[in-house]
Amino acid sequence: MSENLITPENLVYKKTKSMTDRILHYCPGCGHGTAHRMLAEAIDELGIQGETIGVAPVGCSVLAYYYFDVDMQEAAHGRAPAVATGIKRVFPEKYVFTYQGDGDLAAIGTAETIHACNRGENILVVFINNGIYGMTGGQMAPTTLEGMKSSTSPRGRDVKTMGSPLKITEMIAQLPGTYFVTRQAVHTPANVRKTKRALKKALEYQKLNKGTCFVEIVANCPSGWKMTPVQSNKWMEENMFPFYPLGDIKVPEK
Amino acid sequence: MAKKGDIVIDIEKCKGCEVCLAACPNDVLAIGSEVNRKGYRYAVKVNSDCIGCANCAVVCPDAVITVYREKK
Repeated sequence: MSENLITPENLVYKKTKSMTDRILHYCPGCGHGTAHRMLAEAIDELGIQGETIGVAPVGCSVLAYYYFDVDMQEAAHGRAPAVATGIKRVFPEKYVFTYQGDGDLAAIGTAETIHACNRGENILVVFINNGIYGMTGGQMAPTTLEGMKSSTSPRGRDVKTMGSPLKITEMIAQLPGTYFVTRQAVHTPANVRKTKRALKKALEYQKLNKGTCFVEIVANCPSGWKMTPVQSNKWMEENMFPFYPLGDIKVPEK
Repeated sequence: MAKKGDIVIDIEKCKGCEVCLAACPNDVLAIGSEVNRKGYRYAVKVNSDCIGCANCAVVCPDAVITVYREKK
């Protein structure tokens, strides 16, 4: 059999339209690309491309505005939830999201993150946690695991002098302002599909004006962790998931 | 019998990260020996066992793969 299957009616999967055609600047195998695409797919499945405003962070995903074909705003380091607060208050009918890494959200932006969530701003916060500062060369982040080596903790993170890894998602879930808090991953097809469902739900909840939706995505950093992408995904399963367990942390009461 | 599928790989966007290889249930993909303009050895299709499950395309960080599946 040699029939040609590559015809428009047989199409089952292609890059979604809310992603631009630019080649992503991320390292090979980086979870950011998949996370971007899932957010873009969630936007397209809800048909809200024209009503969505994103806020880009500082860090590896600083160029996120090149890749999302929606209105985007760049924020100062860590200030994305504060900028998103302003945008959402001026345009309450728009869907507003921030896309932040762990250095942005859990270190320099801790105050903005916690207060935006505490005020219950009706925004979606997408938090990519790879336990490291990827862009600047693999320094230790607040989310770096105990014993994990980074360029600023070459003998591994010592909790006595460097503190314990910060579970900011669990902290956020305690705040009455948050409505939906979940932790997902994008390293296997099943996890990727679950992440998309979570992001879609979070965007749908935004219409209800019930509070902040917070989606953490545990991701790999092959370059920062000094592994191949496939190895880093395995390492993430074995080491990151026991400390950052996947699943819903706060779900709306029925 | 499973439905037949096919994929198209955008070789200039592929970074050869091999995440798709691990996701494919039928070992359809492999990293070839040629390099693209960015200097990456890109993913290639090595057999015709594709069932169009789209697992490779779903996990691809760079949205490189387009998937087709026969309708029946």
